[in-house]
Amino acid sequence: MASAPTLPDDEQLVRALRAGDEAVFMDLVRCWHSSMLRVAQMYVPSRAVAEEVVQETWLGVLTGIERFEQRSSLKTWVFRILTNRAKTRGERERRSVPFSALVTAEAERDDPAVDPSRFQGPDGAHPGGWAAPPDAWPQEALLAAETLGVINAAIDGLPEAQRLVITLRDVQGFGADEVAELLEISDVNQRVLLHRARSKVRAALEAHLG
Amino acid sequence: MPCQELVELVTAYLDGSLPAADRERLEAHLKLCDPCITYIEQFRETIAASGHLHVDDLPPETQDELLRLFRDWQAA
Repeated sequence: MASAPTLPDDEQLVRALRAGDEAVFMDLVRCWHSSMLRVAQMYVPSRAVAEEVVQETWLGVLTGIERFEQRSSLKTWVFRILTNRAKTRGERERRSVPFSALVTAEAERDDPAVDPSRFQGPDGAHPGGWAAPPDAWPQEALLAAETLGVINAAIDGLPEAQRLVITLRDVQGFGADEVAELLEISDVNQRVLLHRARSKVRAALEAHLG
Repeated sequence: MPCQELVELVTAYLDGSLPAADRERLEAHLKLCDPCITYIEQFRETIAASGHLHVDDLPPETQDELLRLFRDWQAA
């Protein structure tokens, strides 16, 4: 995992891209490319096709940047180009399980946020109360490279739709409405998938830090 | 509200999409339950730490390809 470049604001980014600033373009690539690949993979049948879609998207961004009117953030614009292309490509080359079916299956599955054995059973003094409560985490360990590695591995291990939603919301910082719109999923499913994803990542962190 | 119910509502709570009645029950619970305060704190810390992940290793070949794409676009 590389440390992330800090991106300037949209106005400067757009100006730099229009001026052909190679370093700024590569910073964007380093910040967004992996997440874009995750998004594309949800719509097309293979990683190879997803990589093509993301490359086409970058090219579309470069050729379209002159016309970009900044009515949305640059990032939202880029991810919209991406999902449009990925969907079009996915109509020609279908995945065996369509994205919408994955979303429904993952959202409907019974998938508790915390291992039920951590709570008191019906015969306990406080049924549903903590039997094994969480301990506060050491602050200094939270942003250690090793901890970030644990988070990254936990996200990689998530079911696909959950991985996608947490990548867009928490890694890339898109809002709830933007993610629901980008992926064409309901607000409720967006929230359920995100909650499951975060709960699993929290559990992985707890196992690491606790 | 039992702790086991609260842990299922944290994302909705933090997003502000929890119905008012549930939010009041949740906040009343937090006044009496330190472990659930810790749990929500961990949840916030998990979200914040995820925001510090950026790039998994982008293979050098991918970076080279995109650099080429950029230069071709410039030359065009």
